Amino acid sequence: MEKLIELQDIKKYFVVPNGLLHAVDGINLSIEKGETLGIVGESGCGKSTLGRVMLRLHEPTSGHILYDGMDITTFRKDEMVRMRRYMQIIFQDPYASLNPRFTVAQIIREPLRLHKLCASPAEETERVEALMEMVGLSKRAYNAYPHEFDGGRRQRIVIARALAINPQFIVCDEPVSALDVSVQAQIINLMMELQEKLGLTYLFISHDLSVVKYISDNIGVMYLGQMIEKASKRAIFQRPLHPYTIALLSAIPSLDVERKKKKIILKGEITSPINPPAGCRFAMRCAFAREECFARDPELCEAEPGHYVACHRHREIMSGDLTYPS
Amino acid sequence: MENRKVVLEIKNLHVHFITDSETVKAVNGVDMVLHEGECLGLVGETGAGKTTTALSIMQLVPDPPGVIVDGEICFRGKNIIYNTDSENRNMRGNGISMIFQDPMTALNPIMTVGSQLSEVIIQHRKVSRKQAKEMAVQLMELVGVKADRYDDYPHQFSGGMKQRVVIAMALLCRPEILIADEPTTALDVTIQAQVIEIIRDLIEQFHMSMILISHDLGVVAETCDQVAIMYAGEIVEAGHIREVYQHALHPYTVGLFSSIPRLDDDSEKLIPIEGQIPNSAAPPEGCKFHPRCKHCQEVCRLQPPPVQREGEHIYRCHFKLF
Repeated sequence: MEKLIELQDIKKYFVVPNGLLHAVDGINLSIEKGETLGIVGESGCGKSTLGRVMLRLHEPTSGHILYDGMDITTFRKDEMVRMRRYMQIIFQDPYASLNPRFTVAQIIREPLRLHKLCASPAEETERVEALMEMVGLSKRAYNAYPHEFDGGRRQRIVIARALAINPQFIVCDEPVSALDVSVQAQIINLMMELQEKLGLTYLFISHDLSVVKYISDNIGVMYLGQMIEKASKRAIFQRPLHPYTIALLSAIPSLDVERKKKKIILKGEITSPINPPAGCRFAMRCAFAREECFARDPELCEAEPGHYVACHRHREIMSGDLTYPS
Repeated sequence: MENRKVVLEIKNLHVHFITDSETVKAVNGVDMVLHEGECLGLVGETGAGKTTTALSIMQLVPDPPGVIVDGEICFRGKNIIYNTDSENRNMRGNGISMIFQDPMTALNPIMTVGSQLSEVIIQHRKVSRKQAKEMAVQLMELVGVKADRYDDYPHQFSGGMKQRVVIAMALLCRPEILIADEPTTALDVTIQAQVIEIIRDLIEQFHMSMILISHDLGVVAETCDQVAIMYAGEIVEAGHIREVYQHALHPYTVGLFSSIPRLDDDSEKLIPIEGQIPNSAAPPEGCKFHPRCKHCQEVCRLQPPPVQREGEHIYRCHFKLF
């Protein structure tokens, strides 16, 4: 398989009144063509910032972004505008990401015009109608305004707009979090169908592990700006190796009313990303932390083929010598 | 089973929101019984009428435009719909308490957390300021907030910590019933796990009954004994949680379960419920779910379905499909 996008040691720091906020702190990853990489993590872990940095909506503080082998971090503004034809983003809130004064057709037509992809108005109309059909919007919606739709259908408009210019890569930032479950399933299915049909590559950001499990091929778990575990979906769910991932998976409420699963309740809350201390970022909350965890930051290393984890004690966790008390 | 004490009973509750242009029928004939020490989960999607039902119990439906047009809400053997304002004030906090979804907006930003907590006690109990502070601090520690944060302002707390403060505030006067409206929806999963554990411990410790409103079937499974599924202002299915989760009888409940991605299951395709939630200003005739139902028949379009019973498990459908 061919790599479509690759991040090399990407950092994004924000200057805030009391120091440097390490939103994304040294992320390396690559996504292959047609793959979905799921990014999970709790609020404030830097997953949305990562998505935006990938499109250079935020400028990275350091590091390189390779798209199809080209280093887009060096691109000028006009070159970047051309690149955006291939890279799009879908945001969480379909209420805020649509211009309320544009009709559906105008919204979907906008990117076509910006990138001058249609020769005539007739061609534009044809393309807009084709896109609306593709995402399951009825023809009647053509001249309607966003406020006339519920969340699910608004998200369909957003998807149609993103697809208008035939992108290859889409950053999906919590696209179904604002939707009700019955509608959420409609949108997830739509996104998976479109991926298959159009050969899209997704970066799928979500805090909901069951949604990510459903849609992703590979999953990366983030904690305070760092990637702490990365593996195939199967490996993450069957054999999580980072103490945080293990606790996170156990904390998800299960639908099973017969067999109550044992939850690992983590102590405390996510610590501040402003001027983080040396050592493992999770050490403060980790049940297995020892001296070296507070002294030295663990590297993301390959514990098993294709399974990466950043923990000083992952060998003990792998061998089963270190487990959460039951 | 039958001689459990009933703490709250709702009969045929109808709540409408009447505006100049339309009448939104938010709650349409809800019947509900809450027993002592029981935890009832109220599940449904946006606009199903869950929160309006809860606000009716609290006597907090915004009026205008909200009107309780029919029904009874019996608490301590009295229909509270005809309560005076002062009776309501006395009931809230003392008898029934509510936790709201968003802890960020439930607290007053310009009062310290401590003074907000002790104000509740001073309002409801004849105690001195000093005693009120003692009680507040005691409850803060019970929910896991350190006593030295008494003089902090809400913005100095994280989301999870604020929700703990809100829980403490709801429990200060030891209510008989706690209504929790999506108490963990705004929180991260690891924090959600902490908060659910606190709520469960306190319910047991204080012998309270609880109504937990949630759209998350997993949270309800972990917390509740009974569950009621709401759709378009009606309870479409209700019963013991085990019954409803394992042998759902209403097509909406069945659809809801198959549209959730599950961690313990490797299925390849989700089965969504097609269509959208109906507009409550113009709900469909007959069964309110019929436009989205895969099993819809002629009778479903014409007649509202009767409430069917199988022991304590009830459902609203013309047929027994499952």
